[in-house]
Amino acid sequence: MSKDIYVLGIETSCDETAASIVKNGTEIISNIVASQIESHKRFGGVVPEIASRHHVEQITLVIEEAMQLAGMEPDQLDAVAVTEGPGLVGALLIGVNAAKAFAFAHQLPLVGVHHIAGHIYANRLEQEMEFPLLALVISGGHTELIYMKEHGDFTVIGETRDDAAGEAYDKVARTLNLPYPGGPHIDRLAHTSDEAVMFPRIWLEEGSYDFSFSGLKSSVLNYMHNAAQRGEQVVPERVAAGFQNSVVEVVTGKTMRAAEEYKARQVIAAGGVAANKGLRNSLDAAFKQKGIPFHIPSLPLCTDNAAMIAAAGTVMYEKGLYGNMAMNGRPGMPLTSWI
Amino acid sequence: MIYLGIDTSNSPLALALIEDGVVLIEETANLKINHSLTAMPAIEEMMKKAKVLPADLTHIAVAEGPGSYTGVRIGLTIAKTLAWSLKIPLHSVSSLKVLAANGQGFDGLVCPIMDARRGTAFIGLYEGTGLKSVLADQHSDVKEFLLKAKELGRPVLFTGIDAALHEALIVEVLGRAAHFSSIQNRLPRASNLILLAQQSEESDVHHAVPEYRRITEAEANYNKAQEGQIL
Repeated sequence: MSKDIYVLGIETSCDETAASIVKNGTEIISNIVASQIESHKRFGGVVPEIASRHHVEQITLVIEEAMQLAGMEPDQLDAVAVTEGPGLVGALLIGVNAAKAFAFAHQLPLVGVHHIAGHIYANRLEQEMEFPLLALVISGGHTELIYMKEHGDFTVIGETRDDAAGEAYDKVARTLNLPYPGGPHIDRLAHTSDEAVMFPRIWLEEGSYDFSFSGLKSSVLNYMHNAAQRGEQVVPERVAAGFQNSVVEVVTGKTMRAAEEYKARQVIAAGGVAANKGLRNSLDAAFKQKGIPFHIPSLPLCTDNAAMIAAAGTVMYEKGLYGNMAMNGRPGMPLTSWI
Repeated sequence: MIYLGIDTSNSPLALALIEDGVVLIEETANLKINHSLTAMPAIEEMMKKAKVLPADLTHIAVAEGPGSYTGVRIGLTIAKTLAWSLKIPLHSVSSLKVLAANGQGFDGLVCPIMDARRGTAFIGLYEGTGLKSVLADQHSDVKEFLLKAKELGRPVLFTGIDAALHEALIVEVLGRAAHFSSIQNRLPRASNLILLAQQSEESDVHHAVPEYRRITEAEANYNKAQEGQIL
């Protein structure tokens, strides 16, 4: 048995300041998340400058808490992993500079992790990954289908051409006067309604694994607008259910088709929208019927966290993929393979 | 005792190491290079040249703003993380006071100035002897601030690379009372930062935050909207 590997993960790509210590890439020792949702609520969305201000206030506190909870000193760590991108640039560079300073102070290897690779590797904290693997990454900033032949090998086979799914949820929620973030509210409303307004399913060209949510969003807005002009009462529950049905049907359908075409031995979902009950149930049922193993991490590992960054960072560390002091936050960082 | 000084609060990058009252190395770059990319490599390189290991550091001094929001945050993040994780004290010093230190010894007042667009600046006023604050660091309309400085009826030495941007206005308002630092004294020097840090109280590492001297645009708009509702 080789020596255990302990990696400190740091994540500040959007509105959560997070730090975590993970053992061997699979076991969470500590996982701290300081959420800023309350600060951004009154603005109806994340304000980048305010997010950056919070990160600099929280960063050392959050890292210290993760270290203390784990009962570890810096010299017991093997590496520092940090989200290098994509994300909000001003937010990213707080985590990156803290990680660089920490790694420099204690002469530890530094690993720069892609945020989406992190979301995928969140699964490994609950269940070992089986390849070939298909990952559905679905959140406020991303909607992607990623095929993996093995560790660190990423092929994006489909992605959104306009809004991310979570973005569409937030926009529709706003027109229904639901508070920010809107996703959970729409999910909740949808479940209280037996009837649903029929909105279009946006499948794009035949065979495409890409997504588009802006057309769906527009038809919801049009529906609301027309109802208002005719002086009709809108039933928010039916609108929420109709919108959610359309998203869930398309996402489940495309994920299923990709899993079959790529002969995936395991399908995983990740990202904040993977916490959506309607989507979880639909994916669960569909893959159970096909007999393909399917896994969604528990809620705290679906939303942004640093354990997932440490988990992915551990595999990169084992492959010797180190960064250096010139690492910078990369807001538009592409997901590239490590092999 | 070895102090590391870091000032990334505006486009210049200023770093220094002082050991027991001796300046080991001091660097000031004015190259408009991204601090997020270059600050840590520059610190690493400087410490290597001086043969100082991270564990040898006993104090960290940092310029806390005002200045570029992002720039100030980079310096603070690096300084806080180094100080906290090495378990050594952190001292944060006003970025304007660091600039004012360039005018130490001037027989009159020293006015460090950092442009903040639309005729405004981050600006303060200090005694040339002892650097006592005369008008607090603030974000202000430049002309309004100059009129306040004029009322004091004393000579004023302007420093900071952005002094050039406002030179015509300064001369118009203050006339012969206006003086300007020579160019080498317009850049922040991290040795000055460290000397000021040595006279200052230790900061609480976790709670040391940038002194932005200005709320965000989103908050300003929100406050305006709230006022509208109350009226």
